[in-house]
Amino acid sequence: MAALNIKKGSSSHSAYDLRDFHSQAERSHTLALIVDNEAGVLARVIGLFSGRGYNIDSLTVAETDHKGHRSRITIVTRGTEAVIEQIKAQLGRIVPVHEVHDLTVESAAVERELALFKVVGGGDKRVEALRLADIFRANVVDSTLESFVFEITGTSEKIDAFAELMRPLGLADVARTGVAALSRGA
Amino acid sequence: MSRTMTGAKMVVQALKDQGVEVVFGYPGGAVLPIYDEIFQQNDIRHVLVRHEQAAVHMAEGYARSTGKPGVVLVTSGPGATNAVTGMVDALMDSIPIVVFTGQVPTFMIGTDGFQEADTVGITRPCTKHNWLAKDTDRLAGIIHEAFHVATSGRPGPVLIDIPKDVQFATGTYTEPRQARVDHYKPRLKGDIEAITRLVELMESAERPIFYTGGGVINSGPGASQLLRELVDATGFPITSTLMGLGAYPASGKSWLGMLGMHGLYEANLAMHGCDLMIAIGARFDDRITGRVSDFSPDSTKAQIDIDASSINKIVHVDLPILGDVGHVLEDLLMIWKSRGRKTNRAALAGWWKQIDAWKEVKCLSYAPSETVIKPQYALERLEALTKGRDRYVTTEVGQHQMWAAQFLGFEAPNRWMTSGGLGTMGYGFPASIGVQIAHPESLVINIAGEASFLMNMQEIGTAMQFRAPVKQFILNNERLGMVRQWQDLLHGGRYSQSWSESLPDFVKLAEAFGAKGIQCSDPAQLDDAIMEMIEYDGPVIFDCLVEKHENCFPMIPSGKPHNEMLLAADAEAFKSGAALV
Repeated sequence: MAALNIKKGSSSHSAYDLRDFHSQAERSHTLALIVDNEAGVLARVIGLFSGRGYNIDSLTVAETDHKGHRSRITIVTRGTEAVIEQIKAQLGRIVPVHEVHDLTVESAAVERELALFKVVGGGDKRVEALRLADIFRANVVDSTLESFVFEITGTSEKIDAFAELMRPLGLADVARTGVAALSRGA
Repeated sequence: MSRTMTGAKMVVQALKDQGVEVVFGYPGGAVLPIYDEIFQQNDIRHVLVRHEQAAVHMAEGYARSTGKPGVVLVTSGPGATNAVTGMVDALMDSIPIVVFTGQVPTFMIGTDGFQEADTVGITRPCTKHNWLAKDTDRLAGIIHEAFHVATSGRPGPVLIDIPKDVQFATGTYTEPRQARVDHYKPRLKGDIEAITRLVELMESAERPIFYTGGGVINSGPGASQLLRELVDATGFPITSTLMGLGAYPASGKSWLGMLGMHGLYEANLAMHGCDLMIAIGARFDDRITGRVSDFSPDSTKAQIDIDASSINKIVHVDLPILGDVGHVLEDLLMIWKSRGRKTNRAALAGWWKQIDAWKEVKCLSYAPSETVIKPQYALERLEALTKGRDRYVTTEVGQHQMWAAQFLGFEAPNRWMTSGGLGTMGYGFPASIGVQIAHPESLVINIAGEASFLMNMQEIGTAMQFRAPVKQFILNNERLGMVRQWQDLLHGGRYSQSWSESLPDFVKLAEAFGAKGIQCSDPAQLDDAIMEMIEYDGPVIFDCLVEKHENCFPMIPSGKPHNEMLLAADAEAFKSGAALV
């Protein structure tokens, strides 16, 4: 049939999305949810993903509006276009979920993750770790004679790259926050 | 003026303010304060069930037959877990239910207290939404919000878990108009541009079909009325899912009968061959689509649904319209009329000719018998003898359910209550009691199998206590008929655990509870026996001994497309083929 003349873009409240629905290619999407900060809301969101067999690559959640009792949940998930649309529609049905934004589709977005790396070692390796940390603009937040804890922020890819470099230099432990994301512009 | 009262009193007050007349429930330790309040008033009637699962099914029957939410009150722990099946049933079939559960006192939560269960945790995926009311001041507001959520948008079950100390404590009552409901407002009006596009498609379609579902009935009687007007004015054929029967009358000239796995030949082939499919309040369930990749391959598909997640879930839809069925149909009719009521008449005549040829196959025909009651015959006679009466029908789950859908005709919405999505054996008997409580003067019949009936037969006690003269029409084949049928067709005739041994004498069973029992095995006496059942003023268990090996046709075997339907005549050939695979 002829293409429908319906506006593009999508949110949880719109079924009108005209991207190639039949594509079998999986793609990563970053979803931002604005939810009521009430008991059980995270369990509802996670339960939806596990119950319907969707993947979560990264999840962050914290209260962002104390007065309005609102929290922001950022989820990085992966799926075909049809699956992503279904995930958004299902999320939109959850009563305490107020907004569902697909930052990958709606507009350009900035995505950042914070990570802490503990690197243990001495000699050349210790010097090299410090030098690389400088290149990656990682901060030293704790140090002993045998170890550093680096703090680094950036995209997930940058943090992955830093982890690869630290591994041969005595990487002992990693803690990552998961992705936080906002759309660009006003 | 604000009113203060105990949490328990708030529950009763909120129910009154919500217009609730009946509560289906079962008391226990954690809800005693609420039961004490129920004892001290006469506005709300309490129907004491014999098992909590049945309470939810009764509330479903009540809700489905009235359009009002059904209300359930049960205790903590086992009371709540027993109600879970009913809640999932209501979730799958979009039935508005409000369930109240008692909970151990707040200070005991998490200590594995007596009759403690994590009710909100267990029922989170079983409800549309649920609440743990930890604060008496918020309790009334939550109850009003719960009624709003249960009945707005796509309806469904909600649950409010109330710890016992919250019931005892005193707080401020929130009036319904003060309750927080703004945050949940599903969109009702459809996009006018999209509706206009659908009208354009309807004007030129050569082989259109309406495919309607339970969403039409949930949208209210007005939606069914608009659907009838639209179907009759356009002359397009219409088929419906199991859940949607009655929205368009079975006697209507455009009616093709039910579609799907055990749907009619003409309905399924029309779905397969159409060029424009208009899905209205239907969700492309696997029992409808068969093999998805071959589902109606050459059609443009439009879908009207209030739930965005029902659109494009299973089948890709070319023209989605998000909105309430009634609102969208109103706009659709208006636009279609204002553009001159156009249809492609010449092509439609050819389409009907094709459909009439499919009808000639007479897919529901069966081999009649003079010695044994065929289940199809029993339903044909029941239909003939009850048609035109003020009748409501519920069913259990299995072959009898499909035969009932095939052989009974429904002229109005809210007259047919069945467990469609979850397929819950044991649904029909309690549902029939819920329907009868709502419609005391009507004829309420539950079409049952003997195995399904046994799953909630304890409710004969409830039917007797509350004088609900429900008629249990059991098609007794001493088999789990649908399981047996699949084993016959797909598992080499190995009937693993699918026969009913040690069945009770149903006549004596009825009499043990003070109800009436009737048994019939002779086709010649069936009419008299059915009339005796109808005319008896009280609950009846009708044990209709039917042919034991009858299979239900037509049938689309799982994973096959619509055009590979099995008719009764094909069954033997299919079995020999299946044995080779």
